[in-house]
Amino acid sequence: MSDMYAEMIIDLYRHPMNYGKIENPDIKAQDTNPICGDIIEIQVKLNEGKVKEVKFNGKGCAISQASASLLTEMIKGKKIDELLKMDKKDILNALGIEISPVRLKCALLPLKVLKMGIYSYLGDSTKVKE
Amino acid sequence: MKEALRKPVDVEKIRKDFPIFKQKIRGMPCVYLDNAATSQRPDQVVDAMNDYYQIYNATIHRVIYELGEKATDAYEGAREKVAKFINAKPEEVIFVRNTTEAINLVAYSWGRANIREGDKILLTVMEHHSNIIPWQLLAKEKKAHLEFIDIDGEGLLKMNDFEKFMNEEIKFMGLVHVSNVLGTINPVKEMVNYAHKSGALVLVDAAQSVPHMPVDVREMNCDFLAFSGHKMLGPTGIGVLYGKRELLEEMNPFLSGGDMIREVHLREASWDELPWKFEAGTSNVAGAIGLGAAVDYLNKIGMKNVREHEKQLTKYALDKMMKIKGISIYGPKNVEVRGGVISFNLGDIHPHDIASILDGEGIAIRAGHHCAQPLVERLGVVGTARASFYIYNTEWEIDYLVNALEKARKVFKL
Repeated sequence: MSDMYAEMIIDLYRHPMNYGKIENPDIKAQDTNPICGDIIEIQVKLNEGKVKEVKFNGKGCAISQASASLLTEMIKGKKIDELLKMDKKDILNALGIEISPVRLKCALLPLKVLKMGIYSYLGDSTKVKE
Repeated sequence: MKEALRKPVDVEKIRKDFPIFKQKIRGMPCVYLDNAATSQRPDQVVDAMNDYYQIYNATIHRVIYELGEKATDAYEGAREKVAKFINAKPEEVIFVRNTTEAINLVAYSWGRANIREGDKILLTVMEHHSNIIPWQLLAKEKKAHLEFIDIDGEGLLKMNDFEKFMNEEIKFMGLVHVSNVLGTINPVKEMVNYAHKSGALVLVDAAQSVPHMPVDVREMNCDFLAFSGHKMLGPTGIGVLYGKRELLEEMNPFLSGGDMIREVHLREASWDELPWKFEAGTSNVAGAIGLGAAVDYLNKIGMKNVREHEKQLTKYALDKMMKIKGISIYGPKNVEVRGGVISFNLGDIHPHDIASILDGEGIAIRAGHHCAQPLVERLGVVGTARASFYIYNTEWEIDYLVNALEKARKVFKL
């Protein structure tokens, strides 16, 4: 749906925010969306339990890339337990577009990766939900 | 009438048989260009299956009543139609679920009895996963080796690669007839002939050829050939394995159980004749009958006409699409060696975004790796968008596609 491709989404696809890598991150995770081959890695540096620095890298469609930009922007300065409370609604609000059901996985991939990273940082990698 | 004006297929008449095209997709025309994945089905196919379910539904073989006899006749009649369609004998046509199952049957039944440690199996980089994974598993189990024929810049198989491998005692070759990504039509007959001289058996993955062009297994002289019903107007869940009689005779059953036996004792059993030896359990009777009706439908049009229609449409589409700024089209540009499949990328737009934007216009295309990940990697891209055609597609739909691609360029400010 063309409505999915708001100007902001295209801009973020071409000029992502927080794209790159961090040296010695505290939190690091990567995952792929096997349907379309999107791949996202998120790295976080913490300071007193809060997000001090965050970067993402990878390749994918405009939706997953825009979502990663917005997510990484959103979580700066936030506490880990706040991040774990984030869900689908937060991502869709940030994107501000209607996502067709088949593309929901693309939009939610960055959040899934972030949570994977946090759980593995906390020593429990079994808790990652879609 | 001038040659250029000759229309091999009356598309408007054909489209009336496909109720799916009467609907709108969110107010947009239903433009279906994902035929390499699955085709649509005409009324004739659905009606034939309905007749079975509503008028003579019964199990087949070994039944001593009227309904069962009718069902058996229809099921075996469908086999005869399919056999004639590819110029095989009925006992050489085994009904399976799909191409994947057909290839698995050969890998398990023939492969496990004949492939030994150190043997070489030759494939190509343009195979669908269905003609790679069964051989990967077999090779691992038997400590055999897989070799792959590469492609050139046009998307054609490198024949010097092939000839080089043929000098290395290849035991078995799995070869796709028409690539589901590049559309490349491989010179199967010549390659089978060459492989036989080197002592290799050949399985042809005909999933993208049997629905779209005349295929004659005797002329091709392949040892096995696999295809699916749902890509040729038939229902899902029915496919075909063709095998040369002498090979099928010596093979053990793949699946075993009911219906495929001659005699069963507590500790031993003997098998039924071909083709039933390979059809264990209650068969997909409705599926076979539907496939038979699909074969009737295609025969009425004529496979040469089907091929000609798609050739003209593909040429039309290639000409129009190549004019789009920033487009990359994969595979041969010569429609003599290309089926109705066009894979492409548009600027830096991710294939899934292309597909989403086209979906907004009512157009169904495919995006991703098309179950041919090694090939897409070989092309050096994350994926491709793919439009694929069939008998009911029109030049108007191609224009509509091109128009929608121009819209995608605008959305992405290309």
